[in-house]
Amino acid sequence: MGNYIKLIVLGGITLFAAVAANWGRDVSYIVHAMIIMVVAAYMFVRVLRSMDALTYATPDGYMDDVVRAGVIATGFWGVVGFLVGVVIAFQLAFPQLNFEVLQPYGNFGRLRPLHTSAVIFAFGGNALIMSSFYIVQRTCGARLWGGNLAWFVFWGYNLFIVLAATGYLLGATQSKEYAEPEWYVDIWLTIVWVSFLAVYLGTIFKRTEKHIYVANWFLLSFIVTVAMLHLINNISIPVSIWGSKSVQIFSGVQDAMTQWWYGHNAVGFFLTAGFLGMMYYFVPKQAGRPVFSYKLSIIHFWALIFLYIWAGPHHLHYTALPDWASTLGMVFSIILWMPSWGGMINGLMTLQGAWDKLRTDPIIRMMVISLAFYGMSTFEGPMMSIRAVNSLSHYTDWTIGHVHSGALGWNGMITFSALYFLTPKLWGRAQMYSMSAINWHFWLATIGIILYAASMWVTGIMEGLMWREVDANGFLVNSFADTVSAKFPMYVVRGLGGVLYLSGALIMAWNMFMTIRGGAKVTAPVGVPAE
Amino acid sequence: MDTYSFLRELADSWVLLAMFLFFLGVIVWAFRPGSRAVHDDTSQIPFRNEDRPGVSKDEELQS
Repeated sequence: MGNYIKLIVLGGITLFAAVAANWGRDVSYIVHAMIIMVVAAYMFVRVLRSMDALTYATPDGYMDDVVRAGVIATGFWGVVGFLVGVVIAFQLAFPQLNFEVLQPYGNFGRLRPLHTSAVIFAFGGNALIMSSFYIVQRTCGARLWGGNLAWFVFWGYNLFIVLAATGYLLGATQSKEYAEPEWYVDIWLTIVWVSFLAVYLGTIFKRTEKHIYVANWFLLSFIVTVAMLHLINNISIPVSIWGSKSVQIFSGVQDAMTQWWYGHNAVGFFLTAGFLGMMYYFVPKQAGRPVFSYKLSIIHFWALIFLYIWAGPHHLHYTALPDWASTLGMVFSIILWMPSWGGMINGLMTLQGAWDKLRTDPIIRMMVISLAFYGMSTFEGPMMSIRAVNSLSHYTDWTIGHVHSGALGWNGMITFSALYFLTPKLWGRAQMYSMSAINWHFWLATIGIILYAASMWVTGIMEGLMWREVDANGFLVNSFADTVSAKFPMYVVRGLGGVLYLSGALIMAWNMFMTIRGGAKVTAPVGVPAE
Repeated sequence: MDTYSFLRELADSWVLLAMFLFFLGVIVWAFRPGSRAVHDDTSQIPFRNEDRPGVSKDEELQS
């Protein structure tokens, strides 16, 4: 019976997408309709062919094949996202790289959201989904709930990424930072995300452990909050059902506030709470010790979610936003420093009594540097949210540097260590194919981040100071183009930092490929002194 | 009073108080007597059920 309903739905979608491809008003809508048509038709045939297949009893082990797919997708999207980042970094340094033949698709303006979405949502999102599935099963002692629903979440989410990415290149965007995809892509993501929540909650409900481990609290708050943020920030009315353009319900400062309430909580709940969930599982596992203080982790959780939700207005200092709102955002951002550092200390102190592993285990080293960058960027962020500091830093490259020390340092490094932890486990290998390659990755990535962050500090502060410089008569000294040319050397350094970070990721991809292909190379762990 | 002012005043008075008390309650609850044993046990969860799902209470009773 279920299969008949699936066939009717898939057939309906295929037909509708075919009509949409014919009547579409703009090129991205037409291309998306074709993609959806092909996918739905493929699924239709797949369901049809398995109509008479025997149904097997549900296996009772963990459902790890979807986690394996997630590990590969994370590695793949990571390399793609970093590559696009390197390209646009050099486009900023050398505008000639906006090649005439590639216009308008290869323009910086279209590649930039492709980069941000590829690293945050494709790389980070796949990392979060696959580690949620892994962690929730292990810490609940239960197989994923919902059978193939987990596969729907994985493929559905990756289809969302493909639709978002092609949409940016073809010019479909609602111009909301980190929420660029247009209305039909938003609806699709909502369906996928609700399924994700259902799988996650279903697994928690049937857990065999009495208590819900703290990592699950963080991951659950990430899933629930992202659902709420996504729904409210994307309230829009399509101009036509046959076109990608839509109009936002909110306007003016209300729209700006909604956008940055969304935007900062994307940082707070997607890039922080979700990755803290990963941290609270993978760091204790790799260190072989329980988390330093479970009480601190509880307080960390509640303080973090109670405070983060209010921090958004610090993106709108000196705008039409009322002063009380921007002060509120600033105050909460500064208070946030405490839970953030509490969490960092909790993670680092988990290594208490196992600090020697720092010398021998490159994965632990990655986790430690990731926590160090977490502490650093959660110190820098509150400082930049202070109105006086913000008057210097806002709209400059300092903000870009801040985002990247958090994203490359904290999110990237904790994801890499999770991949190095999971790949051998999921494919039944003793360890990664090459431990010294992890070491290479560690140093390339670390030096890359330092080049990136340092050059952006220099250029950001320089740019901020140049913008506010006035002569004796009160006239501005510098034109905008003066700052652009002054920034050139730092832009090249930033691009080189990106190249280093990308090469580290390529080494990881090679290492993962060799590990998965088999033939575990037996070597002594790196850095163990000869006996 | 218009909706905006009503919501704003509600938010920075009673709702603020309620959330702050809830937060204090969480901290007090985390430090309640007897929580140490529970937390020690919970923090060991990642080291159990590594390769296979655990046994639920119902299944335990049956076997």
